[in-house]
Amino acid sequence: MADPLLQARGIVKNYGHVEALRGCDFDVYPNEIVALIGDNGAGKSTLIKILAGTEQADEGEIVLEGHRIHVGSPFEAMRLGIETVYQDLALAPDLDGSANLYLGREVMMAGLLGKLGFLDNKTMRAGARKAFGELGVDLQNAQSAVANLSGGQRQSVAVARSVAWASKVVFLDEPTAALGVVQTARVLETVKRIRDRGVAAVLISHNMRQVLEIADRIEVLRLGRRVARFEGKGATIEQLVSAMTGGIAEEGAA
Amino acid sequence: MTAPQPSRAKFIRSAIQTGLKPLAERWGSFSRTRFGSVIARAFSTNAAWIFLLLIVLMFIFNFLAPGKFLTEFNVRSMAENVAVLLVIAVGETFVMATGGIDLSVGYVLLFSGVTSAQTMNWGGRDPTNSGWDVVLLGFVVAIGSGLAWGVLNGLIVAKAKVPALIATLGTLGMSWGLAEILSNGQDLRYLPTIIADMGASRVIFDKVPLVVVVAVTVAAMGAVILSLTKFGRYTVAIGSNQEAARRAGINVDRHLILVYAMSGTLAGLAGFMSLAIFTTTTISGHANDNLQAIAAVVIGGTSLMGGVATVAGTTIGVCIPMVLFSGFTILGYQSFWRDVAVGAVLILAVYTDQLRRRRRERR
Repeated sequence: MADPLLQARGIVKNYGHVEALRGCDFDVYPNEIVALIGDNGAGKSTLIKILAGTEQADEGEIVLEGHRIHVGSPFEAMRLGIETVYQDLALAPDLDGSANLYLGREVMMAGLLGKLGFLDNKTMRAGARKAFGELGVDLQNAQSAVANLSGGQRQSVAVARSVAWASKVVFLDEPTAALGVVQTARVLETVKRIRDRGVAAVLISHNMRQVLEIADRIEVLRLGRRVARFEGKGATIEQLVSAMTGGIAEEGAA
Repeated sequence: MTAPQPSRAKFIRSAIQTGLKPLAERWGSFSRTRFGSVIARAFSTNAAWIFLLLIVLMFIFNFLAPGKFLTEFNVRSMAENVAVLLVIAVGETFVMATGGIDLSVGYVLLFSGVTSAQTMNWGGRDPTNSGWDVVLLGFVVAIGSGLAWGVLNGLIVAKAKVPALIATLGTLGMSWGLAEILSNGQDLRYLPTIIADMGASRVIFDKVPLVVVVAVTVAAMGAVILSLTKFGRYTVAIGSNQEAARRAGINVDRHLILVYAMSGTLAGLAGFMSLAIFTTTTISGHANDNLQAIAAVVIGGTSLMGGVATVAGTTIGVCIPMVLFSGFTILGYQSFWRDVAVGAVLILAVYTDQLRRRRRERR
C-alpha cells in the first residue's frame, strides 16, 4: 500500500478532566474513502476538529505527505488542501450557491475595479455551475438563496464548496444525518466523485450499512483511541459493532 | 338556509381559480423570460413592495391635495428634510446587515456637530467670516469624531463581545452626555457663513439642495458597495451566518469594526450636514434619529436578523415616513398620524420578513 497521505500520531486532547483523545492514531491514504466510526463520545468529532484546525491537540503530531505540519487554524488547513464539511453545514443561508462556494475566496474583477473591491460575479457563477455540475448537483435556480433549497441540495452545496477547494483531503462529519433516502444517495454519490477526482474523503457516520457500502477502509475509535482497522470489502456490521463497543482487543494494546 | 353556502363558496373559489389560471400561467411564462425573471426576483424582496407603497402613497396624497403635495417646493423640502436621516440610515443598513444594531447614531451625529462647531469657534472667536481652512478643519473634526465613536462601537461589539444593542446604548449615553457637557447644554449659533451658504445652496439648475446631492451620493455609493463589492458580500455573509463566515477565513472581527466605523463616520458627516442646514448644533433635535434610522432600514426590507439588506430599500424606507408626515400635514391632520402609520408599516415589514423566514425553514 502507498504511504499515508495524512497521519495523526498519538493525538491527545483533554477538555478539563475529560479525556477526549488519549493517544489517537489515524491514517488517510491517497484516493480513498475512509470511514471513521465509533460510538458517541469516542472522539471522532474532536479528531476531525484537530485535523481541520478548529481545535489544537495537547500532544501528538500531524503528518501530511511525510512532513510534520502544524494546523493552527481552519485557514491553514484550507491552505494545505484540507477542507471540512461541517455537521451544521456552515453556509450563509441568505447568499446564493455561488456566493457560498466562493465565500472567503471571492474572484475580483480585473484591473482597477477589482482593486476597488468589485466582485466578478459572472466568473464566480460560471465557476459555481461547473463545480456543481461536476458533482451532479442540480440547482434549478443558481441565484436563489441557499435557504430556499431543500436540505439535500443545501448539503450538496456544502459538499461542493469543500470539494471545489480541497486538493488533498475532505472531512465529512455526518453529511447525511438530516437527509432523506434520495438525498442521502445523492450525497454519497458525491462522496464517490470526490475520490474519483483524486482527493481522499474521510467520512464520519453512524450508519454502518452506509459505511460498508461506500468506504474503502474503515477505522474504528473507542474511548479516544483507534481500536481497529478494516478493509471496506469483507467487513461485516457485527465486526464493526464489536470493535466499537469493545468486543475485540485494542489495537496495539498490550 | 345554510346548506347552499359551501357550494356557493366552492363555486366562487373555482370561478376565481379558473379566472386566475390563465393569468397565473401568463405570469409563469413571463417570469421565465429574462426581463420577467428580474421583475419576479425584485418582487420577492420587500424593497419592491415598499417602493410600490411609496408610489401609492404619493398618488393618494396628490389626489387628495392636488397642486399641493407634488409641487417642486414640497418635494424639495421633503428631500431636504430626509437628507441627514438618509446618511445615517445608510450606515445603519450595513450594521443591521451584519445582524447588529447601532443605537448611537443620533447622538454621535450630535456629538460630531458640537465638536465641529466648537473647533470652528476655538478660543471664543467669532467664526462668521472664517475661510475655507476653518471650515475644512471643522469638517475633519466632525468626520473624525464620528469615526472615533464608530471604532469604539466596533471594538466593543467585535472584541469585547458585548451585544450590539447594549454596546451602542452605552455609547449613545456617553456621546449624548459628552455633547451636553462640552456645549454646557447651549446650542452654538455662530458658524462660518460658508457653512450656512453650503446648507442653503442648490445645484443642478438651481433646483436641488446640495445636502440632498450629498445624501444621494452617499446612498448610491452605499448601494454599490453593499451589492457589488467584497466588503458588501462579507457584510451580509456575517449577518447571515457569522460562524460560516469565520470558517470561510473571513476576518469577522475586523470587518465588524469597519462596519461600525463606517456607521459612525457617516453619523459624523450627517452631523456636519445638520450644522450646514440648521446653522446651529440643534442639541435637542436628535432624540429620535436612531429609531427613525432603524425604522427606515427595517421598512426598507433589511432583516433584523441580518444577512438581507439593500440600500435602495432603506432609501425608500426613509422617504415613506416623510411622505406621510408631509401628506398628513398638508391635508390638515395632526402630523402625529405619521407616527401611527409608520409604526404600523414597521410591524408589517418585520411580520412579512418573519413569514418569509418561517416559510423557508419549513422546507
